[in-house]
Amino acid sequence: MKKKSLQSKSDTLVGIINAFILFSAMLICVYPMIYVLFASVSEPSQIIRNTDFIIKPLGFSMESYKSVLAYPMIGTGYKNTLIIMVIHMALSMLLTIAGGYFMSQKNLMWQKPITIIIVASMFFSGGIIPMYLTVRAIGITDTYLALVLPSAVNTFNLILMRTGFDGLPPSLHESAKIDGAGHMTVLFKICVPLIKPTLAVIALYYAVQIWNSWFYASIFIDNRKLYPLQLVLREILISNDTSSMTTAASMEDKEMISETIKYSSIIISTLPILCAYPFLQKYFVKGALVGAVKG
Amino acid sequence: MKQKALFENNKKQLSFGARAKKDMMSNWPLYLIVLPVLAYYLFFFIFPASGLVIAFKDFTIKPKYSYLHNIVASDWVGLKYFKEFFGSVYFGRVLKNTIIISLSTLAAGFPIPILLAIMINEVKSNPYKRLVQTVTYLPHFISLVVVCGMVKTFTSDTGILSVFLSKMTGASPETMLNNKSLFVPIYVLSEVWQQAGWDSIIYLAAITAIDQDQYEAARIDGAGKLRQIWYVTLPGIVPTITIMLILAVGKMLNVGYEKIILLYNPMTKPTAEVISTYTYQRGLIERDWSYATAVGFFNSIINFGLVITANIISRKISDTSLW
Repeated sequence: MKKKSLQSKSDTLVGIINAFILFSAMLICVYPMIYVLFASVSEPSQIIRNTDFIIKPLGFSMESYKSVLAYPMIGTGYKNTLIIMVIHMALSMLLTIAGGYFMSQKNLMWQKPITIIIVASMFFSGGIIPMYLTVRAIGITDTYLALVLPSAVNTFNLILMRTGFDGLPPSLHESAKIDGAGHMTVLFKICVPLIKPTLAVIALYYAVQIWNSWFYASIFIDNRKLYPLQLVLREILISNDTSSMTTAASMEDKEMISETIKYSSIIISTLPILCAYPFLQKYFVKGALVGAVKG
Repeated sequence: MKQKALFENNKKQLSFGARAKKDMMSNWPLYLIVLPVLAYYLFFFIFPASGLVIAFKDFTIKPKYSYLHNIVASDWVGLKYFKEFFGSVYFGRVLKNTIIISLSTLAAGFPIPILLAIMINEVKSNPYKRLVQTVTYLPHFISLVVVCGMVKTFTSDTGILSVFLSKMTGASPETMLNNKSLFVPIYVLSEVWQQAGWDSIIYLAAITAIDQDQYEAARIDGAGKLRQIWYVTLPGIVPTITIMLILAVGKMLNVGYEKIILLYNPMTKPTAEVISTYTYQRGLIERDWSYATAVGFFNSIINFGLVITANIISRKISDTSLW
């Protein structure tokens, strides 16, 4: 009896320590974003001198948001990213549905060889240089297409899609065919509506991929008018290129504002994801599991 | 039954051409819709992969001619660029950096998600559990550019992390990303920060699949929480851990260039330059096409070999393999 109560006491202790460590882990995960949020609404003169962890904004000023919104590249970047998002999403989803459905049809003569080619691309690639030269040769550099076509199909998502279609009972096809439905009717009227959760997961994966991508833009796009948001952010955050963003007169003012502009631009660019994320989380998690199990 | 066998027999007797024709006749809509997908893989997988041939040639871009013409017209040089790479001082350096960065990432990035999953599973209150999950998965969705931007800001000589560390050690604060011995820790820690929560999902799912009776039995035998974790939870997820480890090893030399390009600078290159960033530097910056392609080819071959080996081992040990 005594032993048991000792046991339950130590279990409670383990539980408390556990909850505390997880709380610290959460703090570590979320504090950088909170700091950025507070810093972005702080008084520029105060935040630039600050070297400490803060738990509330230092003063209050919307100055950095004003400067960042007055900087035309942010608007340009947003616009480009949205345009690319629409074209890319439409194309990617269509191709992924078509490819995934095809790969799930086991009785086709060319299903196997085509699947092998597609899966092979996950294991071997020409690498970045031949990719660059190919895109150049096709002649789409410095157009939106350079940011859409080379990443149009994500093989991992394609496999997820196939797994989704694989989960449908084969009798579905047979009975539909007996009823005289053609391949396209079976695909779009029957199968696609049945795998909506998988579609949602894949659409979300593509959306995040498109929203976050910057590298292809950095090598395929020279025209600043076509910069996606992430490339604009790279200039602000990594290359420290904010001089053109402020109209402030003195050097000191410029430096001050360029510091806070970093914070406000992070918030402006990350806000859509942060707002949508809590609602979409369960879909992401579902996808991560299917992907991990089925690879 | 007999009829069916006859039918099967008949099917086998059809020649390849006849079967192909029949297949095409009845399934042409499916082939039609897969055509754009095939075109994608032709243009962005097969073409680039065939483009690796320039690693064995003296490829230059003559603007007046097409890419294909430039490839065909350039002279064969055999293994010249591979030899040049293997013989250069960069070979040892980038290989060493690649191995160090990937091993450190593995050493920190592999156990932490397992630990996290076990801890999350121990939380009794469901709302708190969900909160922990939501918050720890969050960094995964922040864009790489923003993550690197935050890292850069926090580790600058006036950044909060840099100043905090200098208070701990008594040294004066420095721009940490200019210190070549700090590059790997910064890279690895920011990687763990961003991915640990997300990577814990798979282990959490594996833990959920463990039979609850085993915990009950352990409790009856007088095992406390820690013992239950050690004797029930851990053994229960060992298969998952094994597979994930094998896959991680398979991806080992596949250190991506994107994050390193965002974080490194000339001062940290001695420890930060990996094979993939070296390819980027020599090819896309210095336009040394054939040499850079040879370096990239070397990387692709090594990666391919590792993945295949990992997969074979994975299949031997368990039923799980990538294909």
